[in-house]
Amino acid sequence: MSMDGSVREITYLEALREAMIQEMRIDPSVFILGEDVGVYGGAFGVTRGMLEEFGPQRVRDTPISEAAIAGAATGAAIMGMRPICEIMFMDFVAISMNQLVNQAAKMRFMFGGKVKVPLVMRVPAGSGTGAAAQHSQSLESWFVASPGIKVVAPTTPYDAKGLLVASIRDNNPVLFMEHKLLYRMKGPVPEELYSIPLQKAEVKRKGEHLTVIAVSIMVPRALEAAETLSREGIEIEVIDPRTLKPLDAQTITDSVTKTGRVLIVHEAPMTGGFGGELAAVIVSGDAFDRLDAPIRRLAGRDIPIPYNRILERAAVPQVEDIVVAARELATQGR
Amino acid sequence: MPYHVSEVLAELSLDSDVECHLVSSLSREKLIWMLERMFLTRYFEENAEALYTRGLVHGTMHLSIGMEASPVGSIAAIEKEDYIIHHHRGHGHTIAKGADLTRMMAEFLGKEPGYCRGRGGSMHIADIEGGNLGATGIVGSGLPTAVGIGLALQMQNSGRVLLAFFGDGAANIGEFHESLNMASVWKLPMVFICDNNQYGMSMAAEKSMNIRHVAERACAYGIPGVTVDGNNVLAVYQAVKSAVERARRGEGISLVENLTYRWRGHSKSDRNLYRTQEEIKEWQNNDPIIRFSKLLLRCNVLTRSELELLDHRCRATIEEAAEAALTFPEPDPQTMEAEVYAP
Repeated sequence: MSMDGSVREITYLEALREAMIQEMRIDPSVFILGEDVGVYGGAFGVTRGMLEEFGPQRVRDTPISEAAIAGAATGAAIMGMRPICEIMFMDFVAISMNQLVNQAAKMRFMFGGKVKVPLVMRVPAGSGTGAAAQHSQSLESWFVASPGIKVVAPTTPYDAKGLLVASIRDNNPVLFMEHKLLYRMKGPVPEELYSIPLQKAEVKRKGEHLTVIAVSIMVPRALEAAETLSREGIEIEVIDPRTLKPLDAQTITDSVTKTGRVLIVHEAPMTGGFGGELAAVIVSGDAFDRLDAPIRRLAGRDIPIPYNRILERAAVPQVEDIVVAARELATQGR
Repeated sequence: MPYHVSEVLAELSLDSDVECHLVSSLSREKLIWMLERMFLTRYFEENAEALYTRGLVHGTMHLSIGMEASPVGSIAAIEKEDYIIHHHRGHGHTIAKGADLTRMMAEFLGKEPGYCRGRGGSMHIADIEGGNLGATGIVGSGLPTAVGIGLALQMQNSGRVLLAFFGDGAANIGEFHESLNMASVWKLPMVFICDNNQYGMSMAAEKSMNIRHVAERACAYGIPGVTVDGNNVLAVYQAVKSAVERARRGEGISLVENLTYRWRGHSKSDRNLYRTQEEIKEWQNNDPIIRFSKLLLRCNVLTRSELELLDHRCRATIEEAAEAALTFPEPDPQTMEAEVYAP
């Protein structure tokens, strides 16, 4: 807090960096590895300046070897270190998959509970930067389907810091999704070290007519849509799961029980997307009887992310899409 | 065609003076330990095979019969506090690293008191407390993980080393390259050891790579690489010892290739259609256990009756382990979710 009691504002990117710096200062087992995380400061600048404070052992540049980066994190984790690895773009995690899904995720179970694998894999995800099909994906559904891995996707600077601290302290592999379009977003972030428990969703805006469950970048888009809808007299409740796995189903169920209508929004393609899981959780739980309309999903189109600005924008839900879908759903059958 | 035994011996065999010198440089206790570990591995696997044939084993298994000198000679070159990571054909590594044979047999049988509480089975036996960081079932997958173990050992200034075992098949997956490259540029305290049994399932090594020896790839990483007669436990020991010393001095990794041969099929589904009985017989006549037994007799480390006693004791130990493990309880399905995530 500053002298006048207001909380300092920093960007999402700075909040992530601050989380790592503060954890590294108090815990010598925490270190960072990845491509160009050292003097370059990371492809998006998240680790900028960290080499100077912590040196090349703990802010460790690697060869372009995503499988070995993930493996190095996994092996170091089982030996008592707490590695944070940065994979430059989430798309490249495909190269790391074997180590993450077959090694990191399974070692604890497969070896009878004898090891723990406390690693964080930070992955810049999402479209909107003109980076085309191989630098723009949101691949969370691959990981929520892999027992042993946790999946976290913060949407504010405050959550970014607190959830990254919690992920570093967690004793399991955590896939930590950072949306590239959120890096420059500013918001209040306390200077002191704090953590936000995993598996705790947050109601980002209260409303009574409709529940919007949004993932990652879709949270700020839903909040923007909420302003427009509010002017029309439609009050939407925006829920940010924050941790996709393990999921805080209770917060979702409570909201749906109240509103009776659900719109699920994510950037990843509709088919096989996390929205299907959210819908299944709702209809198979206590909120089913309270539904007044079918659950609606708004998601990325089933295509690779295109390059052209118009095409790219049309590939994933935008604010106006959320407004239209929410308006239809809120008034359906009323 | 894989190597003829005569070719291996002509190219790689130790000079008999060197062999005698090695025998005299090692304690009697160490030499007998090596023979004992090889016997235990052989009898463990023969017993495992018999249990399988009797229908008492749920899953599959990958037997290393005929290859025992490679893990035993390698692990003889490290200390108790050092580490190993290995692969699906890993019974010998586990036994050489000092695993409790009853708990190991229990894991093979999927029992609750097994090393992995029946969750891992033959392909994933790990003895974490004993420095055995586990067997991985996907060919080559242990290698990137090994880099991380080596990195932790280096960052923690532990003074410990890691032996990372893999097979000839693993030398052709992409993770092999990424791992050796990264470990070499960071000068990690590790030795990469290839248990080259000359076949990746049915694929002969010579058809899967355009070089004669896996160890030739060392030059791509700027590290020492050596191929040894993998059925000579002392040759393996000597090569790995030298690589371990280099690793402990902080000079980085090495690649040691132990050229050997698996007598049994890849797994239980193998009908041996890719090789001849003559070839298998030729290699069975190059039994690493018999070779080492003869050497120890010739060098008067053991008498014939001491050898027989050791042999019988090892056989009995395994039989007792199997009998005990068969009586152990099965795991409870109710508890499965509890171990997916660490608290």
